[in-house]
Amino acid sequence: MLEKLLFGKLTLDAIPFDNVIIMGAGAFMLGAFGLIIFSLFYFKKWTWLWKEWLTSVDHKKIGLMYIMLAFIMLMRGFTDAFMMRLQQVMAVGESAGYLHAEHYDQIFTAHGVIMIFFMAMPFMFGLINIVLPLQIGARDVAFPYLNSLSLWLTVAAASLINISLVVGDFAATGWLAYPPLSEITYSPGVGVDYYIWALQISGVGSLLSAINFVVTILKMRCPGMTLMRMPIFVWTVLCSMILVVLSFPVLTATLFMLFLDRFFGMHFFTADMGGNAMMYINLIWIWGHPEVYILILPAFGIYSEIVATFCRKPLFGYNTMVWATVSITVLSFIVWLHHFFTMGSGANVNAFFGIATMVIAIPTGAKVFNWLFTMYRGSIRFSSPMLWTIGFMVTFVIGGMTGVLLAVPTVDYQVHNSLFLVAHFHNAIIGGVVFGYLAGFTYWFPKAFGFKLNEPLGKAAFWCWLIGFYVAFMPLYALGLMGMTRRLNHYSVESGWQPLLVVAGIGVLIIAAGFALQVLQLIISFKNRHHAAYKDVTGDPWDGRTLEWSIPSPAPFYNFAVTPEVTTRDAFWQQKQTGLKPINIADEAIHMPKNTGVGFVIGLCSGAFGFAMTWQMPALIAASLLGIVIAMIARSFDMHIDYYLTPDAIQESH
Amino acid sequence: MIKKNIMLLPLSLFLTACHSVMLEPKGMIAIAEKNVLITAVILMLLVVIPVITLTLVFAWRYREGNKKATYAPNWSHSNWIETICWTVPRAIIGVLGTITWISTHQLDPYRSLNDAEPLKIQAIALEWKWLFIYPEEKIATVNYVQFPVNRPVRFLITAEGPMNSFQIPALAGQIYAMAGMQTKLHLIANEIGDYQGISANFSGDGFSDMMFIARASSAAEYAQWVKTAQHSKTQLSLTTYKKLMQPSTKVAVQYFALANKEIFNLAIMKSMMPMTEWENA
Repeated sequence: MLEKLLFGKLTLDAIPFDNVIIMGAGAFMLGAFGLIIFSLFYFKKWTWLWKEWLTSVDHKKIGLMYIMLAFIMLMRGFTDAFMMRLQQVMAVGESAGYLHAEHYDQIFTAHGVIMIFFMAMPFMFGLINIVLPLQIGARDVAFPYLNSLSLWLTVAAASLINISLVVGDFAATGWLAYPPLSEITYSPGVGVDYYIWALQISGVGSLLSAINFVVTILKMRCPGMTLMRMPIFVWTVLCSMILVVLSFPVLTATLFMLFLDRFFGMHFFTADMGGNAMMYINLIWIWGHPEVYILILPAFGIYSEIVATFCRKPLFGYNTMVWATVSITVLSFIVWLHHFFTMGSGANVNAFFGIATMVIAIPTGAKVFNWLFTMYRGSIRFSSPMLWTIGFMVTFVIGGMTGVLLAVPTVDYQVHNSLFLVAHFHNAIIGGVVFGYLAGFTYWFPKAFGFKLNEPLGKAAFWCWLIGFYVAFMPLYALGLMGMTRRLNHYSVESGWQPLLVVAGIGVLIIAAGFALQVLQLIISFKNRHHAAYKDVTGDPWDGRTLEWSIPSPAPFYNFAVTPEVTTRDAFWQQKQTGLKPINIADEAIHMPKNTGVGFVIGLCSGAFGFAMTWQMPALIAASLLGIVIAMIARSFDMHIDYYLTPDAIQESH
Repeated sequence: MIKKNIMLLPLSLFLTACHSVMLEPKGMIAIAEKNVLITAVILMLLVVIPVITLTLVFAWRYREGNKKATYAPNWSHSNWIETICWTVPRAIIGVLGTITWISTHQLDPYRSLNDAEPLKIQAIALEWKWLFIYPEEKIATVNYVQFPVNRPVRFLITAEGPMNSFQIPALAGQIYAMAGMQTKLHLIANEIGDYQGISANFSGDGFSDMMFIARASSAAEYAQWVKTAQHSKTQLSLTTYKKLMQPSTKVAVQYFALANKEIFNLAIMKSMMPMTEWENA
């Protein structure tokens, strides 16, 4: 009885001691975690960690923590990808490969979930956090404490996914957990519950973040920055965040219904008793389709900033770019059905959604032309952010083309769920989203840290990623046309697929080399951070155009000593043209938010709550909920949430 | 083995590219679908190739070091170029949209193919094998389906348990197989042959082996085969069906004489209402 109350379904059997791969990964995670804990004690850094990071409400620090999370999860998601490729290289004919079906199914599910929710989303929020307030001349986001809460909810959710690797198992259903497969009858383990709670917790985090940024953009722009003077990145973030606000509640509701089905034996999505799995598939894609635009729009914004800076020209067709972004935002909500043309809708319905999808290619095409004509008559520097951008332009139009192909229902009937589809969305997500975020990371790195990243290594990494991408994914297009469907654990020799799968595997190794070079790049740049070649003394290392480059690097914690006033687009470029120097000495007190540990505590309790719900542990459910409520009440009675930073104090802090 | 494959890689790449089942279809529907695919690719290449070329040309021509190229630091607008930027994609999507509307209606899997009376086959996706029922011929098969060449075939499709997707890539595109639902797919085989049938939607651990053979034979051969199957010793009754429903993988081909014509309907209807016939079997 007491055991049930405390541990619910959890027993020692949940840990697969006999699985070498899982135990190895678990030991590695535990070792890394132990090393961090040990060094915190050894270097006596606990107070520093708590005061400077865990309780920080500074948007730049929160952004960095998001990006750190994204890199850690990228490593895990990439390992999953490598394992899948290896399995498909090996498991031909009589050979079953090295992963049994259940384990393999968990790996491709985890790969998708991690890459979208815990790599791409945190990376996006990280970049937005670091850059956006600086670009609009603000001193912080609208709700700094909420921002810290969002971060810790995301971290809690990511931890749940990592715990699921060792304790129990993860969903083996594919990354969108279609019922009836994800219902309790066919997935009786805790895998789908881990999935539901990790996504619920991170979903709340994303929603809160999005509200925060919408308000920040609408209310906190510096004087003179009208909507049509905002940098394009700000526009794309605004549209992307509006999409989050509109679509994430759908995800939360859908997963909640799945939870009710599994936990209370309800019948929202079961085949019998009036349930309907097709409803789940509709709902999940009403969130899922906007989700891909949530990720790609900010990447479009990053490319727009970079292309203007490195061509030393204003972005061609700013108005067009804005309206293209807005129309993509609207259109992204009326195309979800193209993810299941094959579910048996009538020809009118399929044709409508197919054509609506193609229409998105028009504003997207216009965007590509705009980047192209920004390069026209420019003076182009091939620094690594610009290389990523050119690599993106070439790669993304191919991905766009295959995307429009998949939007033709008759073509989709053949290639739906095949590796052609897998190749297409990796083409759009790696060639579009990942290239963009990595470009943005390199571009804004000096602003966050005060030194530049090593360029030769950055360029080498770019070439590895670019070539690796083509070697890894072009064969998948061919395999799709050869009739290879996705998520296969093994296949016959006669299929003739193995040679191309070997090529794809080599591609993954090339990308891995690119990633290794980036790690090396970080280490070498950090070591040389005081060298003249690396140190950013001006605050404007790329000859930038927007406000974030008008302040010193790394950006001071109060961002702008004096709130800037702007009269045009590309405000900082204009200032430089007229010879005005930005003022970096404050003349009046600055209103700043105080750090708070509440976000961290709620995040911790939410993680415990997710774990307790997964394993049905009554005592921990109650305790964690109580913890959340108490933290919220305590916060609401806290009246000392801000302070004034006097000009003298700023002088001293330098 | 792998080493040998790598040595032969360039050759096998070329060969496999030629042996793509979707680019060498053997059925009327798949041929039409391939034609749409190729038309759409050509249409889009009209803009994709110039964009890729221009990107590389502009990047090279307007590089910082090239002093011969014009640098216009403030130029950022041209009505003329903007018009092209919006018109070209619109024109292409306009044409492609028209093709989409027409082809989606023509190749609607629910649409009967011609006036000839189609052969009716009921397909049920089980965990993890395919059951085919020929209600009029009174036979049933597992992981094997046979039909005469050049005669339209109408598949009525459902599933038990997780969702699957029914596809014979050489003959036609796919349609989902869902529990409690019925979907429909029409196809015609234009050539005699054995074609690979698959499930194209992940449905759990045994999914990778949910393969079946679809044989298109001459009408005479088909009639002969039906007779053989009708004389199978095993009968497909509701009881045997319930046994068959139990999860199993790598299931060998089986033939049944059909004892109960209503199995397909019962499989669907049992999730709509309590059914004594189903419970008692």
